Amino acid sequence: MSAIFFYNFIFYSTAVIAVVATLLMITRHNAVHALLYLIISSLSMAIIFYLLGAPFAAVLEVIIYAGAVMILFVFVVMMLNLGHRSVEQEAAWLPAKGWIVPSILAAVLLMLLVAGLGEPENLRGVHLVGVKEVGIVLFGPYLLVVELASFLLLAGLVGAYHLARRSTPPTPKYGDAQSHFTPVSDSEADEAATDQRIEEGKA
Amino acid sequence: MTPVMANILNVVCILVFVVFGAAMLTWVERRILGIWQDRLGPNRVGPGGTLQIVADMIKLLMKEDWVPAFSDKFVFVIAPTIAMFVVVAAFAVIPIAPGIGVVDLNVGLLFFLAMTSLGVYAVMFGAYASDNKYALIGGIRAAAQMVSYEVFMGLSLMGVVMLAGTFDLRQVVLSQQDGWYIFPQFIGAFIFLIAGIAESHRTPFDLPEAEHELTAGFHTEYSGMKFAMFFIGEYVSVLMTSAMITVLFLGGWLGPDFAPPLFWFLLKTIILVFFMILVRGSLPRPRYDQLMSFGWKCMLPLSLVNLVVTGALVLL
Repeated sequence: MSAIFFYNFIFYSTAVIAVVATLLMITRHNAVHALLYLIISSLSMAIIFYLLGAPFAAVLEVIIYAGAVMILFVFVVMMLNLGHRSVEQEAAWLPAKGWIVPSILAAVLLMLLVAGLGEPENLRGVHLVGVKEVGIVLFGPYLLVVELASFLLLAGLVGAYHLARRSTPPTPKYGDAQSHFTPVSDSEADEAATDQRIEEGKA
Repeated sequence: MTPVMANILNVVCILVFVVFGAAMLTWVERRILGIWQDRLGPNRVGPGGTLQIVADMIKLLMKEDWVPAFSDKFVFVIAPTIAMFVVVAAFAVIPIAPGIGVVDLNVGLLFFLAMTSLGVYAVMFGAYASDNKYALIGGIRAAAQMVSYEVFMGLSLMGVVMLAGTFDLRQVVLSQQDGWYIFPQFIGAFIFLIAGIAESHRTPFDLPEAEHELTAGFHTEYSGMKFAMFFIGEYVSVLMTSAMITVLFLGGWLGPDFAPPLFWFLLKTIILVFFMILVRGSLPRPRYDQLMSFGWKCMLPLSLVNLVVTGALVLL
């Protein structure tokens, strides 16, 4: 009896945290704070997965979503160093009037969800999905999807490589006196372009 | 004693032991490095300097715990908490001896990897919230380094998972009764050790806090106990990497019968901790691009080859 009560307590409190964190994520003006709430939301999702009998999915949620995807988001936001101006800008973009229609739509969806769910089933009845079962399903019936996902990832990898490729010859090596003092042609071109822009600005 | 009481005792003892062990390590490291470098190290407080840690703690508690006015205060305060929390939480899945250990999770190894990957946030949020150029550069370096080294840290452990057939760390230890995994998985152990040092960003992989170029890197603006949490977190991380290598590759608590299992676990872990201190004392710090290309061009292919060969041998 107390075990089920404890289980339900954790489940519902985690669910509340997930919903509140997601709401806060949407309404924050500061990008890093928003990301912080998104991380909390995905961590609470992981706990819910674990409680529903899917420990592998729970850990993957933490490793991949919280541990890799979000880190890249935070990384980009950190590099941009948005500061106070962007907070004001965000605040200006989110006037109170803008919330009316989304709130009505969300309320309709919530009503549908509540009506569709009806009586909640006893959550203890779920069976445990282990790592091995997930692997067997992935490389059995869903093999095609796994292969398609790998195409997508490969395309992303090639794209990233292409974007990060050097357009200029590699930087001269140390001790290579000849090339060390030769100015790189690309930067010259850049300077010329800048000069031209300045000229245009004057005119 | 009821099982619940035994569990609580387990949790409290392990927590206290880990945190105080890590605190003691700050003294042990300075003393041993001193001896290896032919000088004395801190030897004034208490017999042989053993009470140095008490002096350090009093000093850190008495210091002004300054939160910079220009910082993002909420994130600034939460960052050291994350640093300490994730490494201590990862200790929960480590099986120390029969009957000693907090929880035997059936995805224990993955839980460890998950906690390690969350550790990056401490550094990144600390760096972002400080609003300081040195901290930002340190944070960016740390994030790139830790995300890269995490990739093959996970891959290097998959060989052990294949041989043991489980993610449960207690089962991994028990399956090593016929022989430690350090022999068939030598490359895996080697890669994991390097990745573990890089994850705890210690010399030679301490570019995020390279003091001669970045003052103190991501924790430049931190002082008092908040700094101490980053600092102790690093040593807990050292303890954790050593304990993980012990569990995964050196047979955990297994050893000859004349000593209790706990003794063997502690002995192996302490030897590994000393080895990591020796690495710190003897290797220089590489350049940042060397560090990244070493990770992606050398360690990642090596761990993939290790994975493929192990998989082929398991199949045969």
